[in-house]
Amino acid sequence: MFSLESLTTIVHIWLNKTFQPNLALLLEFVIVGVLAITLFAVLGLVLVLMERKVAAWIQIRLGPNRVGPKGMLQSLADTVKLMMKEGLTPDGADKFLFNLAPYIVMISAMMVLAPIGFAKGFQIWDINIGVLYVSAISSVSVIGILMAGWSSNNKYSLLGAMRSGAQMVSYELSVGLSILSIIVLTGSLSLNDIVLSQQNGWWIFKAHIPALISFVIFIIAVTAETNRAPFDLSEAESELTAGFHTEYSGMKFALFFLAEYINIFIVCAIGATLFFGGWMPLHIGSWEGFNHIMDYIPSSIWFFGKTFFLIFLIKV
Amino acid sequence: MGAAYLIVLILAAIAFSFGGILIAKIFVKGTKNPQKGQAYECGIPSDGSPWNQFNVGYYLFALIFLIFDVELVFMYPWAVVVKQVGMPAVVVKQVGMPALFEIIVFFFILFMGFLYAHKKGALKWI
Repeated sequence: MFSLESLTTIVHIWLNKTFQPNLALLLEFVIVGVLAITLFAVLGLVLVLMERKVAAWIQIRLGPNRVGPKGMLQSLADTVKLMMKEGLTPDGADKFLFNLAPYIVMISAMMVLAPIGFAKGFQIWDINIGVLYVSAISSVSVIGILMAGWSSNNKYSLLGAMRSGAQMVSYELSVGLSILSIIVLTGSLSLNDIVLSQQNGWWIFKAHIPALISFVIFIIAVTAETNRAPFDLSEAESELTAGFHTEYSGMKFALFFLAEYINIFIVCAIGATLFFGGWMPLHIGSWEGFNHIMDYIPSSIWFFGKTFFLIFLIKV
Repeated sequence: MGAAYLIVLILAAIAFSFGGILIAKIFVKGTKNPQKGQAYECGIPSDGSPWNQFNVGYYLFALIFLIFDVELVFMYPWAVVVKQVGMPAVVVKQVGMPALFEIIVFFFILFMGFLYAHKKGALKWI
């Protein structure tokens, strides 16, 4: 059976056999970096297309359908378009902070990837304070957003950034409190331990009422934290043209856009890990046969299936 | 060993962002125009600088957030050990009771602070 865990061990053993230990370690670093960048790029393309297609499906219209078969290459074409655009810096802007802000947002989005378990044994760093780490790093992006809004020298940007910052910061508390119930049940902050504790059933089924309440709170708070549809007053188009990235154009705008979608993916991945058992297949108590059949579906498919289900939930 | 991967991820993010911006810079030949550098405020010439005083409500929100966020950080270690503290209790029902009682005291003090802030009108949005 194809599994990512055996793949990582095969690569690790092969690298250590072929090269010197130091070089092998360096190559592993390079592989991790390239994989993270690839994940970012692919997720950006897929999520943008998915949002447009799902929104179109809900509103009974076609959505993008010109580029490629059924419009599948639309977001690729958009990326090329954004790359060909001129990246302007306004004359009145604080140039250093204006150019630094997209990097900060991207770095914070990338660093949150570290403790997430994508499949069985496929985790960049099994940090023992995983949940705390995630909530700490994801609030760094507020600094980037405030920086972007303030340095643009534009009233709309400043107001949008202030609203964005206030909203993200205030809903972070509800997210933290809803995560707390799962930590009480598990007794560990490590995301790997949390996944392993759901071996005989996911928390949302096992810990019925507390987990359900905290799951509902989590979904609502996360929707507000990522500035999604019912809570998108930070980029209310009729009053503030585009929120904090009004002055950004070209590739820098694309980076903000990408970071927003990556943040949606990350919070959904965290939600899937806490409530739906991450990569853990659907196990029911002592139904040995059923559990065994479920194990045949690869863990990465379970993880991405749950995550995309939660993304779907948030977008609707 | 894991901490090294954080540096790898930071470098990957920088490489990704810088690469994209660099490619855009190489391919794009922009034009100079004095109007391009103006702030975009719906086509109306900008009046005054935005870098002045803004609504104090945001500042108060940030301060209150700081208090409650620190409180949340205090609760994480409590949540990890709440199952173990009080384990040797004779009656099974009392498992976790000392820790539970302590967090209730903690919450009570915090709630008093919240009530004070609410009474002073810190949470009111003008």
